[in-house]
Amino acid sequence: MSDTLSPQIRFGSNAGQPATRRDGLAKVTGVATFAADNTPEGLLYAVYAPAKIARGRVSHLDVAAAEAHPGVTHVITPQNRPELQGDPSAKPTMFSFRTEVLQDDTVCYAGQPIALVLGETLEAATEGARLLAPQYVADPVRVALDDNLATSFEPAGFGLPGGASHGDVEAGHAAATRSIDVSYETAAQYHNAMETHAIVAQWDGDRLTLDTPSQALNLSCAGFAYFFGIPPENVTLRSPYIGGGFGSKAIPTGPQVLAILAARMTQRPVKLMFTRQQMFGPVGHRGATRQRLRLGVDENTALTVIDHEGLAETSTFDDFVEPAANASQDLYAAGALRASHRLVRLDVGTPGPMRGPGEASGSAALECAMDEMAEVAGMDPLEFRLRNYAETQPGTGLPYSSKALRECYAEGAARFGWEGRPLEPRQMQGADGLLTGWGMGTALFPCPMFAAEARATLRPDGTALFETSAVDMGQGAWTVLAQIAADSLGLTLDQVEFRAGHSALPDGGVAGGSGHTATAGGALHAAGGDVLRQLGELATEDPQSPLYGAGNSSLVARDGWLLLEEDESRRERFADILIRAGQTEMTGTGHGGRAPEAAGRHAMNSHGAVFAEVKVDPDLCQVRVTRLVGAFAAGRIINPRLTESQLMGGMIWGTSFALHEAARHDRRSGRIVNADFAGYHVPVNADVSGLEVITVHEDDPYVNALGIKGVGEIGIVGTVGAIGNAIWHATGKRVRHFPIRIADLLAP
Amino acid sequence: MSLFISLTLNGEARDVSIDDPRVTLLDLLRERLALPGTKKGCDRGQCGACTVLVNGRRANACLMLAAGLDGAQITTIEGLARGEDLHPVQAAFIEHDGFQCGYCTPGQIMSAVGLIAEGDAGSDPERIREGMSGNICRCGAYHGITLAVQEASRRMAAKEEGDAA
Repeated sequence: MSDTLSPQIRFGSNAGQPATRRDGLAKVTGVATFAADNTPEGLLYAVYAPAKIARGRVSHLDVAAAEAHPGVTHVITPQNRPELQGDPSAKPTMFSFRTEVLQDDTVCYAGQPIALVLGETLEAATEGARLLAPQYVADPVRVALDDNLATSFEPAGFGLPGGASHGDVEAGHAAATRSIDVSYETAAQYHNAMETHAIVAQWDGDRLTLDTPSQALNLSCAGFAYFFGIPPENVTLRSPYIGGGFGSKAIPTGPQVLAILAARMTQRPVKLMFTRQQMFGPVGHRGATRQRLRLGVDENTALTVIDHEGLAETSTFDDFVEPAANASQDLYAAGALRASHRLVRLDVGTPGPMRGPGEASGSAALECAMDEMAEVAGMDPLEFRLRNYAETQPGTGLPYSSKALRECYAEGAARFGWEGRPLEPRQMQGADGLLTGWGMGTALFPCPMFAAEARATLRPDGTALFETSAVDMGQGAWTVLAQIAADSLGLTLDQVEFRAGHSALPDGGVAGGSGHTATAGGALHAAGGDVLRQLGELATEDPQSPLYGAGNSSLVARDGWLLLEEDESRRERFADILIRAGQTEMTGTGHGGRAPEAAGRHAMNSHGAVFAEVKVDPDLCQVRVTRLVGAFAAGRIINPRLTESQLMGGMIWGTSFALHEAARHDRRSGRIVNADFAGYHVPVNADVSGLEVITVHEDDPYVNALGIKGVGEIGIVGTVGAIGNAIWHATGKRVRHFPIRIADLLAP
Repeated sequence: MSLFISLTLNGEARDVSIDDPRVTLLDLLRERLALPGTKKGCDRGQCGACTVLVNGRRANACLMLAAGLDGAQITTIEGLARGEDLHPVQAAFIEHDGFQCGYCTPGQIMSAVGLIAEGDAGSDPERIREGMSGNICRCGAYHGITLAVQEASRRMAAKEEGDAA
């Protein structure tokens, strides 16, 4: 038995290259198939009727009118809904909430499904749903944090953030020579991926085929299977392309379950596509928060305490915490820290993770509070942050696996031209008469890993097939994971066939938490390594091989050859090794994930620094973000082109958080009054200019075998605060809620 | 009820039966004519995902009733490439990474083709941003979209000059 260490895997041939998207051609020609693009023979269309009150019950539905409409085939209400085999209040997987599937006539939030109409055409089903003309018995609604504050509670339970603390918080407050006590609010936001949630469900006996976008294919299979009493392996879920997820497509939703139920009931394929308005309801959202931040510094402007209390909304029927105070846990060296969360039950759909959950909202408040503290201390905001730079993880003293934040500050500030920024606000007015302001914020996002599996098959022609049920929702998995896979066997990108987005493949895990590339990539890397290990064993144990007798660990793979590292003249082609061993192909498997002991040895985060310039019209108070420079350190960058896109996208989300997005409720009905793209603003192209991204080099030997930290979410973190701070610097007005709108600046 | 219209769809003459007067051009393309490349993002003209060219001009297919389009020339994303040859806008979107998830992309590309044909934006980034602002990209690929439209616009203008010379 030879040395069983895997041959070394080389990086640099594919990883690090700015390859264009492998799915690019499909996407620009319109042949990339999204879920609702499927129109199987015999299709029925499903449209659900959403509740137009937020609390109470449905007292009447005009089912007869709907059924009488030509083309309507079925109307499903709580009265006649076929039985489900799974309890919708249960949580069959780690990513599930109580699911609203017409259990009864109770309404818990506006937009909750109250009936499902099936029709031969979309037009018929749509009109049928309208004809239901629901009547309600409405109860008073609670849709703002203050509406139910008295019953707020500390969340407890599986998966809910418990908060954190270290040091003596009261002593920290007492030791402060200067302090601030401020409260920031963030609005409820809805993911609004461009592709609304959609599903095409088809049954064949007790086997189910689904076309539906999913950020976690195999988990979704288990979630859906549960409701229908079938084993998860009976569900085939196809999700080759996802039209944006942002956290909203990891969790099966009620309408999707109802569509599957309708398909089983009718024994016909059923398509259900959410309307844009329906994206404000049963698919999760970023819950509104109110955050109190109390910071104190001593005479040396060192933080004595960070005391961050987060209050967030959840629904009346499930718990999800927007863990905003998490943002304060790992970032600055303070003598004492308390990060805590409370929840308020409101008549809204259950919130859920939305791009940068916790950190986005929490950093918005923390970074503005840091700016306020710097102002009180009379210190430049960047200098203040450097003064309180955490060299090790606050509280635990653990070393960081890597942390190039200081370099992010330096490179970002240099590129932006931060030096010479006046401390006082309202000091910069351009020739155009606009007030100019500069602000900055620090970005941090943790580097979680989930679990993923992958399979690699080396073929006799020297090409390889890599398989995992990974998902590309725009972040670039089709390309980046293929790059990692190719490197694992020393092949070029075009020698690799990569299959993903299908539940029959090895479980690719969850695309979320900025952990997909590291996790699924880790599995692919390991699968390739497994093939090399086997090849190496065959070769080094075979007297006919030029590699006979060599130690497996001294082998490397390149261009279809296995080579001895110290003497590259000793080498053999993959294909020759296979043929001599009488094998037509060779399969390896790999697992991606993080060993628990590794997580205990280092604190692991991506970091960044964002610098913003805003221009504010002194009379109209219109705010424009004119420059946004983000410098990020996120471990190994597999594809600089796609990474820049991810980070820019995140920074645009930050701009959106700071200036645009807010769901507004009607205080009487509880309905969201701006539930469409006319009323719920997200940035358009004209809102975005002067965007620059710098990626700071970082080698991280501890975070995972690939050194990848993830870039999906960190772009939004830091940006919100930077913009808020720039607005203060331009105007002298400290607005303590997001989004910041013209009216806030017009107010005296 | 049944109603027939004649369309020139991606260069091909088509007689199309409209089964319901409520059918929009978008649902005609997607659900009835097997052309799902055109995407539905809001169904009320607020996002631009369904942008197609109607008689050479940009239009939101979700806002047009199919029954009113007798005699129209419609170009969708499926009709843009010439066989293997991508339209310059399509090629530039790949090169400049003018998309992430790809869902708004057909609309963005059709809108860019329309914008370039309108001739008002040229390669001025400010005008391009303004002219492309009817197309929402939630992933935030705007930087790449602007660069892509700029480059395609330049390339097409250069080709036109070359052709004219």
